[in-house]
Amino acid sequence: MQSITDQFFNLTIMAKTLPLMLSGLWMTAQLCAAVILLGLVGGLLVALANISPRAWLRIPSIVFTDIFRALPPLVLLIFIYSGLPFAGVEISPFAAVALAFLLNNSSYYAEVYRAGILSVGKGQWEAARSTGLTKAQTLSSVVLPQAIRNVLPDLLSNTVEVVKLTSLASVVSLSELLYNANMARSITYNASPLVLAALIYLVILWPVVRLVSRFQRKLAA
Amino acid sequence: MQNFLQTFFNTKVMAQYLPDILSGMLVAIWIGLAVVVAGIAGGLALACLRTYRIRACNVFIICFADIFRALPPLVLILLLYFGLPGAGIRLSGPMVLFIVLALTLAAFAEEIFWAGFASIEKGQWEAGISTGLGFSRTLIYVALPQAVRLAMPPLVNRVLAITKMTALGSVIGVSEILSAATTAQSFSGSATPLSMAAIAYLILFLPLVFVARMVERRQDMRRGR
Repeated sequence: MQSITDQFFNLTIMAKTLPLMLSGLWMTAQLCAAVILLGLVGGLLVALANISPRAWLRIPSIVFTDIFRALPPLVLLIFIYSGLPFAGVEISPFAAVALAFLLNNSSYYAEVYRAGILSVGKGQWEAARSTGLTKAQTLSSVVLPQAIRNVLPDLLSNTVEVVKLTSLASVVSLSELLYNANMARSITYNASPLVLAALIYLVILWPVVRLVSRFQRKLAA
Repeated sequence: MQNFLQTFFNTKVMAQYLPDILSGMLVAIWIGLAVVVAGIAGGLALACLRTYRIRACNVFIICFADIFRALPPLVLILLLYFGLPGAGIRLSGPMVLFIVLALTLAAFAEEIFWAGFASIEKGQWEAGISTGLGFSRTLIYVALPQAVRLAMPPLVNRVLAITKMTALGSVIGVSEILSAATTAQSFSGSATPLSMAAIAYLILFLPLVFVARMVERRQDMRRGR
């Protein structure tokens, strides 16, 4: 028992590696800010193309969402990070992660937005258009606000997934939370830093997961 | 253009490493199937158990589902693979991958099935019990079929998202598609194996994406949208 607490909950080691973990957390936070923002904007554009009446917009965007829903994010990340240099494009780990997640997340966010936009009745469009609003105005001030409210729980739960995904950046040696934790583990020969990282993820994400569950229940009721 | 093809779609490299990629696909399929079966069975069992409303039991189930939905799988994979040997337990890479993904899927499946149960009207339960079925049989014959039907679209999406994560096995040396490809890439000095990996994943998962879309559409039609 003693050895297990020593291996996994060693407070001295946790305290010693805390600064490293916090700097990792800061990088994770920056990464999250970048990829969530990119995903939210990219996803909206893809969703709009998805429901467009113009085939030259709609078909490529549907192919885009299907392909990036089928490709594991890690495969995409490795492809970009180790593949692009072969094409003569050197890319930093941060940029590789941002690009990979932009592609992956926009297709996921797009699906959520699309469901939201479709959930707004046709009458809303017609009513707004008949009052003289342009298409763009109808979209931005009538349809989208309702659409986003309808799928808020899904947007939130997708965002939880995005935050969890940023841990993949450790594979391309970006010194975010998990990378630093694993580094600390290999230096100290002790799993406590990994446990600490897990606890940090839990403290941040558990409340959001709870919130999503409550949201979904309220919506179902 | 010629150059691009040489780098990313070099046929010679492709022929050389095709067997490796194919055996990687097989590994991914096996682990993926095991994860799906164990994860869905586990999630369904937990959701059913939760309907009995035994307090201690439900606290455990809710905590389990929350924790495994909140933790990034890669953190758990590293923890089990590199941490457990410190406690005298050594698990193989594929085993760690299976355990983590199955538990993650079970947590999500539990929530999805539970949402299905929760949306069934109270009258259905009362009607079932009043005909003398008893609680357990009402659960199995009345509630379960409806809950499963409601759960299908989100469940298929989740299965897709989690079976894709078999790619994480490459981090702990499981010889699935991605690790076969990165090894081949460093041996051949060509980006072609990476393209092959991407294509292999598309072959495996595009059908699932289509199934997910079909299931969603059917559900929407039933709701009369």
